[in-house]
Amino acid sequence: MAERPIRVLVAKPGLDGHDRGAKVVARALRDAGMEVIYTGIRQTPEMIAEAASQEDVDVVGLSILSGAHRDLFPRIVEQLKQRQLDDVILVCGGIIPDEDIPAIKQMGFAGVFGPGTSTQDIAAFIRAQVAQKRGA
Amino acid sequence: MERDDWVTRLRAGNARTVARALSAIERGGAEARQVITALFRFTGGAHIIGVTGAPGTGKSTLVNEIAKQYRRRGPRVGIIAVDPTSPFSGGALLGDRLRMQDLSGDAGVFIRSMATRGSLGGLAAATADAVKVLDAAGFEIVLVETVGAGQNEVDIARNAHTTLVVEAPGMGDDIQAIKAGIMEIADVLIVNKADHDEVSATVAALEMNLNLKPKTENDWRPPVLKTIATTGEGVAEVVEWIGKHRAYLQASGQLAARERARVRAELERVVQHELMARLLRGVNGTKIETLVEQIVARETDVYAAAERLIG
Repeated sequence: MAERPIRVLVAKPGLDGHDRGAKVVARALRDAGMEVIYTGIRQTPEMIAEAASQEDVDVVGLSILSGAHRDLFPRIVEQLKQRQLDDVILVCGGIIPDEDIPAIKQMGFAGVFGPGTSTQDIAAFIRAQVAQKRGA
Repeated sequence: MERDDWVTRLRAGNARTVARALSAIERGGAEARQVITALFRFTGGAHIIGVTGAPGTGKSTLVNEIAKQYRRRGPRVGIIAVDPTSPFSGGALLGDRLRMQDLSGDAGVFIRSMATRGSLGGLAAATADAVKVLDAAGFEIVLVETVGAGQNEVDIARNAHTTLVVEAPGMGDDIQAIKAGIMEIADVLIVNKADHDEVSATVAALEMNLNLKPKTENDWRPPVLKTIATTGEGVAEVVEWIGKHRAYLQASGQLAARERARVRAELERVVQHELMARLLRGVNGTKIETLVEQIVARETDVYAAAERLIG
């Protein structure tokens, strides 16, 4: 039996409407052989967790440029936990100040990708993370 | 999965259990079979509605509105939205959920995106079994949205009780309408984007095409309905017609006849698949490669080679 394709939810929490980055990443992950569920902009933490649960994804990727990550990320993590999705791999990208990164990793995010990250690096990172989790 | 426990949770509508069962179905193999074996006796309660049509006609938005209509009337709604897998990368961009945000937060709605994973015909190979999971989980309405389909992707008609074919104005003339196999599977025809120009021409072309079909007694004549999915206009009528079609299927005996035809086709497909798998298990890869080389070198042909593999 072939390995199940990696399933990734790509979502934009919060109110900023700049979805170019999220779309570029979604496209790149598709081209890297993943199944990408794209839910677009203005997603509440509840919407993101509900979609992640129904779609049974391996990875949730969040794009945020508004600076609201400090408020929204903990709420998303909480919502995922409520739905017993503690084992989902979390990654994020967008405009995230360096000083916030340790706190985000502390929350459980495996990867934080700032502007200029190559999409191939993101795909390779996700693949390695999923391989590790599935092997475990 | 511990067996009886998860079946109980799934029957109670636990979203996480439903999601995991769907993943098992998608992975296929023994695990998928166990899921179907455990759930099959709980299936048969759902009305399965197929939604198909060319890319960009508004299928996802329409599904969103149809689901909202049902939720107002009460039934729980399961949705399976199929999008194509890239034949080159094996990846897929599943974007139908983007148009179904209104349904978020409603525990009576479950949406699952599926990639075709190499299957042609407008559905994924696992779609029929995924529908069974939602059926067993107590969703009274199951909406299945196909990939953007045009002329040939008619698998949905075999899997649904009622098939909606969605058109949009300006997609081609009446000859296109006659050519397309997809027209023949419609139980309800919908011209979406009815606020655009040319809508009356599209409706007229579809009506004409329907009028050309020879009439038989008790035949179902698909209605041609106009909708504007972005505002929800006309969608209540679609839901009413789905109800009328269901009543027709029951009264005419078609419901049972279709079910038998579907089960027969499914059984044949599973047998085919199983025989193929058993056969290939007994054949080593090098034998196939040797035959491929011989065919390429024109030393033999595919039919003779196949005979040697099977015989």
